[in-house]
Order: sequence, then C-alpha cells, then structure tokens
Amino acid sequence: MGIVIFDGVAYGMLLFLIGVGLSITMGLMNFVNLAHGSFAMIGGYTAALAMNRHGVGFFPALILAFVSAAVIGAVLEFLFYRRLYRAHALDQVLLSIGIVFVSIAVFTYFFGPGMQPFTLPQALQGQISLPGLQVGRYRLFLIVCGVAVLAALLLGLGKTRYGAMVRAAVDNQRVAGGTGIHVKRLFFLTFALGCGLAGLGGALSLGMLGLEPSFPLKYLVYFLIVVCVGGAGTITGPFVAALLVGIVDVAGKYYLPEAGAFLIYGFMIVMLLLRPHGIIARKGAA
Amino acid sequence: MKTFALSTGQRRAAEAAFWLLLASSYFLLPDKLTLMSQVLIFGLFAVSLDMALGYAGILTVGHAAFFGAGAYAAGLLAKHGWHEPFSGLLFALLVCAALGYTLSFLVVRGTDLARLMITIGVCVLLAELANRLSSITGGTDGLQGVEIAPVLGRFEFDLFGKTAFCYTFAMVLLVFLAVRLALRSPFGLALRGIHANRKRMLAIGSPVEKRLRLAYAYSAAVAGVAGALLAQTTQFVGIESIGFVRSAEILIILVLGGAGMLYGGLVGAVIYMLVHDWFSDLNPQYWMFWLGIFLIAAVMLGRGGIMGALARLFPAEKPR
Repeated sequence: MGIVIFDGVAYGMLLFLIGVGLSITMGLMNFVNLAHGSFAMIGGYTAALAMNRHGVGFFPALILAFVSAAVIGAVLEFLFYRRLYRAHALDQVLLSIGIVFVSIAVFTYFFGPGMQPFTLPQALQGQISLPGLQVGRYRLFLIVCGVAVLAALLLGLGKTRYGAMVRAAVDNQRVAGGTGIHVKRLFFLTFALGCGLAGLGGALSLGMLGLEPSFPLKYLVYFLIVVCVGGAGTITGPFVAALLVGIVDVAGKYYLPEAGAFLIYGFMIVMLLLRPHGIIARKGAA
Repeated sequence: MKTFALSTGQRRAAEAAFWLLLASSYFLLPDKLTLMSQVLIFGLFAVSLDMALGYAGILTVGHAAFFGAGAYAAGLLAKHGWHEPFSGLLFALLVCAALGYTLSFLVVRGTDLARLMITIGVCVLLAELANRLSSITGGTDGLQGVEIAPVLGRFEFDLFGKTAFCYTFAMVLLVFLAVRLALRSPFGLALRGIHANRKRMLAIGSPVEKRLRLAYAYSAAVAGVAGALLAQTTQFVGIESIGFVRSAEILIILVLGGAGMLYGGLVGAVIYMLVHDWFSDLNPQYWMFWLGIFLIAAVMLGRGGIMGALARLFPAEKPR
C-alpha cells in the first residue's frame, strides 16, 4: 500500500513537472497547446543524447535539457505561437497538432523509432530505507525535484516582481497591459520557462516513462488531464491533480490491471463533470 | 451560404456536376473503386464533423468515437446473424445518435477547453474499451467475420468493389442531402447564429443548449453511418477506426477542404485520400511530416481551405 502511494506520488511529480508549463500556457495565454509533450520529448532526447554520445553526467544533462527545450520553445513562440494568441481555439489546436506531427517525424528520422537507452547514474540506483518503507532512490529524487520546482514556482510567482506581473496578466490581460506591463514579452518569457520545465520533466522521466518519438501523442492525454482537472492557470491545481492522477494510475495498474487506462479516463471525466473549471479554479475564469 | 456558385441556378448546377463527377468514377476509375468508396465515406465523416465543428462551433477532437462506434455497431450486428445492410446502417445510426445525445449533455456545458478534453477523453476511452473487450471486438486484430447480405437481395458485394461503390455512393448522397436539408433549415440557421454570437441568440430566445445538443447528436449519427458504411463495404472493422489519430486525420481533411462550408468535407476527402494513395509507398513518417507542415501552413496562411479559396474566387450573387 505504502509503496503504491509512493510510486504514484513519484509518477505524479513527473506529470506535474511536465504539465505545469502547459497550465501556464493555457491559463495565462489561453492557448490550447497540444504540442506540449513535444517540448518534453526535446528535453528527453537532449539529455539522453548528451549522456549516451558525449558522456555528460546526468545532472548537467538535466540542465541541458531545460535549456534546449526552453530555447526551442522560445523560437517556436516567436515564429508561430504569438500570432495565434487571439485566434480561435481550433486554429491553436491545428497548429499544435501540426507541431506534434512534425516533431514525431523529425525525431524518428534522426534517431529511429525505437526507445532511447538510458541508465540511471550510480547515485540514483538502488534503494534507500525510510522509516517503514524501502523506496527507490530515483523515485525519491523525482519527488524532491517536484517539490523543489513547486516551491520555486510558488515563491517566484508569489514574491517576485515578475511573478506579480504574471499574476496580473493571468487575471486581466488588458488592464495589465494598461498599467505598463509588457505583456508580449511576459508571454514570451513565460512560454519559454514552461517549455524548459517540460524539457526538464522529459529528461527526468527517462528512467520511468521511456522515450520514443511517439512520446508527445502517447502522454498527451495525461498532461491535458493534469491541467484540466487541476485548473488551467494555477500552480497548485496541476500539482494536486498530478498527484491524484499518478496515484490513481499506479494503483490501478497494481490492483486492477485488467481495467488498464479506463480508470484514469473515467477519473478525468468524473472530475470534469464535478468541477468543470478544475479543482482549483482560477479567479475570474469564465 | 458561402458556396462557390454565382447564382442559385448555377450553384445547383455546380453541386450536380460535383456529384456526377463522383459517380462517373465508376466508369473512369474502375480499378480504384475501393479507394473511391473510402473517399466517399471519409467525405461523409468530414461532413458530420463539419456540422458539429464548422456550423455549431463545438470544438471536438474526438469525433472518431462515433465513427468507430458506428463501425463496431454495424460490424457486430452483421457478425451475429443479421446480414441485411440497410437495417444495419439504421442500427448504427440509432446507436450513434443515442450515444451522441447522451454525450452532448457533457459536451455542451463547460468551456472550450473542458469540451476539448471531454471529447478527447471519450474517444480514447472508447478506443481503450474496444481494445480491452477483445473477445467481442477482436481487439487489435480487428473485427473479422463480418458478413453482409446482397444489397436489396440481388447485388452481392464483389471483389472489385462495384456493388460497394454504388451502395456507398447512394447512401452517402442520401445522408448528405439530409444534412444539407438540416443545415439550410431554420435549425441550421440557428446553429450558425449560435456560432457567430451565442449571447445574442440567447437574447432573442433561441434555446441555445438544446440546439447544440441536437446538432451534436445529429452529427454523431452521421459519423456513425459513415463508420457503418466502412465496416459493411470492407467487411472488417479495424481498431484504428476509433481513436485519437483518426480524429486528427478527419480534422485535417475538414480543414483542407474548408470548415463551415457544406462541401468542404467532401472536397477535402477527395484531395486528401487521392494524395495519400499517390504517396502510399512513402514512409508513414514522412507523410506525417508533410501533414504537420501542411497544418502549420494552413493555420498561418489563413483559414477556409479549398472551398474558402473557391468561395473567394466565385462569390455568391447578393440577393437583391
């Protein structure tokens, strides 16, 4: 029982790391970005290649993953996304599906359709005993990372000037722009940050989810569930939702393997019916 | 109505010419009849999506749920002893209409984002269901052993797809005319009104949610007929008829042809399927690459697809 919850929490942390950027894009910019998994994949491939081909250590590779996903996200924002902030959601869906398809094709072309090999660094292998529980070091590391990112985001959004500007723009873009906040630049930076976090999550997920070119489609629904169930535009919402999704999914695989992915989709539909705006609805959301 | 005609008479003529052209493929492309049947079926499916997405403005990326449900309904019925094709279609239609109406209660409420999630969620849920219940649906191997009796008791489904093409053509034309009728009725006009400005439609007393639910159920039923036609003519139901990728594909077809325009889905299906057939020896990954590039370009360069371009080229005469 304990180990199931622990694994679920670790899995949830991964979903949170990848999904939180999506929550910001959807909540702050009202952009339905189905291509978010692609940024996670970029981060994952960067880390895997850096480690396998260039012998970079796991921890520097994580930083590389963050940077590469953030840079590519920034470029795509500059080229495509910023033109569609005011467009209809259908256009945004189409653009992001297009980006997903292109990214899958490009990664298959360069790196083959198979899974990327990955070995955990020595420091994260094996078990560690906590009071009453034997847990994997890697999973513990995931949880630590998730909590650290959550704390950093909450502090960053709650206490810094940049965070205040982001919150203002989430609540009301027009008024925020009127007070002199450069909303466009804010969007650009925030989008890049969200992509970077996705890249970090993708790199961290190497030991758990497995990395192949179909990654963005395979996990798309999970990221969307985390954001929609949690409430787009918040930080704690996706965190709570990711933990719930992680625990429900892992528990389902342990106890009801024949139910498969049902449980998680059913869970999502029920949650959306009960709370259509998410567990933690953003203020002023229509 | 933004069609590509000049006056009403010429518009009718163009419509008739389009259908005659499709029908003439029976003589012009006798060795490609199976492909043409599929073009028609996907065209009908795209029209059904257009009804929900282009006309009613319900953002859905899970329409393959109904296509697949229709295919499985017709396929299972035929497998378990009822081989008559027309009643099989009717059965699929009723099943999907009921499914669509039930789901419409979930879909119509909430924001665009929640709607998108519900439609994707239901679609992947049904795909998972089809995968899990492999004793009934055949799982990833697909549903085999679908037997269809001769159409009207006389015309047997042959190897070259002649009967299949005629049957598909007749049924697609029939259902398409039903959709056309519905979209040009006051009901269709109300849908366009809701899409254009929901608040004003509420203000003039239009029962917005009721209209949307009905449109969604109607669209689901049409998608179900398309799926059933595919199941009956190929006598097989693959697991890929239901699922996210099929939903995305049909969305691409509709966007290619032009959303919100009656013939957009059909034209899109013709172009898409023919190009796909042309490049069928291409590695699927490259196909995906070009599809993605096409989608990005379509969004960046403006909407409307082929029919949108035609409508700009041949604007309809303004009523005096």
